[in-house]
Amino acid sequence: MSEPSTAEFRVRVDAVFRTESGRILATLIRLLGSFDLAGDAMHDAFSAALQRWPAEGFPANPRAWLISAARFKAIDAIRRRTRFDASQGHIADALYNTEPVPSANDDELPDDRLKLIFTCCHPALASDVCAALTLREVCGLTTEEIARAFLTTPPTIAQRIVRAKAKIRDERIPYEVPSGAELRERIAAVLAVVYLLFNEGYTASSGPSLTRGELSIEAIRLDRVLLELMPEPEVIGLLALMLLHESRRPARVSAEGELVLLEQQDRSRWNHAFIREGIALVERALSTRRFGPYTLQAAIAAVHTEALTPEATDWRQICALYAALLAMQPSPVVELNRAVAVAMHEGPAAGLGLIDALFARGELRDYHLAHSARADLLRRLGRREEARVAYEQARALAKSDAEIRYLKKRLHELG
Amino acid sequence: MKYICLGYYDPNAFTSVPEATREAMMDNCFAYDDQLRANGHYHAGEGLQPADTAMTLRYTNGRVVVTDGPFVETKEQLGGIIILEARDLNHAVELISKHPGTKIGPWEVRPVADMSEIVRQSQARRRQVDHPRS
Repeated sequence: MSEPSTAEFRVRVDAVFRTESGRILATLIRLLGSFDLAGDAMHDAFSAALQRWPAEGFPANPRAWLISAARFKAIDAIRRRTRFDASQGHIADALYNTEPVPSANDDELPDDRLKLIFTCCHPALASDVCAALTLREVCGLTTEEIARAFLTTPPTIAQRIVRAKAKIRDERIPYEVPSGAELRERIAAVLAVVYLLFNEGYTASSGPSLTRGELSIEAIRLDRVLLELMPEPEVIGLLALMLLHESRRPARVSAEGELVLLEQQDRSRWNHAFIREGIALVERALSTRRFGPYTLQAAIAAVHTEALTPEATDWRQICALYAALLAMQPSPVVELNRAVAVAMHEGPAAGLGLIDALFARGELRDYHLAHSARADLLRRLGRREEARVAYEQARALAKSDAEIRYLKKRLHELG
Repeated sequence: MKYICLGYYDPNAFTSVPEATREAMMDNCFAYDDQLRANGHYHAGEGLQPADTAMTLRYTNGRVVVTDGPFVETKEQLGGIIILEARDLNHAVELISKHPGTKIGPWEVRPVADMSEIVRQSQARRRQVDHPRS
């Protein structure tokens, strides 16, 4: 048997980096109390692994090896800095004397990741900052990958991350999972960031589609981590919601890159493994009787996916779910969705009345989907001229290329 | 991923600090470079002689005109470069943010461009010119 080459070791170390760096970093941040120190120490440990593993052999527990090596690298780094700043000497000593890393026992490690998610999603940070920070520190994406996903430049993202870390350091935002009432409050912020990540990857049909799809997958993976540690109804509900939406991705865009609406989608192309898992999760969340808006939205998505054809959709149940959602989370967008469901259940005139009532209250007048939904109802009522005006309004307000193309197609069909 | 880090300094300000202070600053810089090297982040680096040692070449009216002096005359000059090996832009920024050279002047951190595809296309074009029929 020949000795594994350095190149083979590099491949194996890269694989460890991909699968373990998130957890290692989270543990180091807890041990060292600093993002920068932890990040440096982890990268130094991976460099050390590349140098030492070919000679010493692949360790039995690479993660424990790397955490231990990183901890000593950090102690060295702090001692070196003491040359410039004597006040840091005691930190190195304290660190040297702290409880070493739990070796093979994994129980504590996922908890570190959860702490890190809560730190990255702290309410002191703006939500776009939270998303960028979570993607880099928890999901292990590079600044450049995050910039591509958000269709912006790497320096913009780098700046957000630098500022967020400075804020965490300066305001001494702790690395911990809050408890009691604060936990409930903060879970909402964490789930909101997870859902924001998902939607970044799901709704925007412009830009490099592959990278954006990966964002949705990352959001689902993140929620799975949360669920493992915190089986709260809304954590379950959000996972169900994302899986049920994600299940439709293969049918959402045509071969020509056009957006395909739910009722026109080829349902055989839906991901049925995701649907099965999503529906089981919805049922689990509903059965707790402590569910919230994500679970209700997931339940609505589940009703849609359970219908074999668009005509078989149980609109009565969807209307009831929207009414419950509206009672829990009043919002004009939810009202609009309910209006569309009511139009399907009771007829276009009933739905149109609800949308017109929204507009009369001054709501959603700049929201292209409201005009587009209204146009669809007018078209179904045979009021072609009014439908045309409404489609034109929608087109003027729409931003994504795929949506504009869809609206042009509808206008063309009106003749 | 490689990042080119350009370190600037103001020569007048730098020469006006006491020699012992200047030496201490240099020692710190080189000690940190050693640290980057030991951790595999230091791909390459060089210090530059002062800007008045520079020559500038410029293609003008069909020929290359050579003048003495730097391309631009500014108070802050390029003092040295480091080519860093870092995971991403934030990692490169973190590494340079701890460089004692940041106390001397500003730094610019930029990713290297991946030229491999452009070079490959260029090679194909040049082959076409050398062997038009093949």
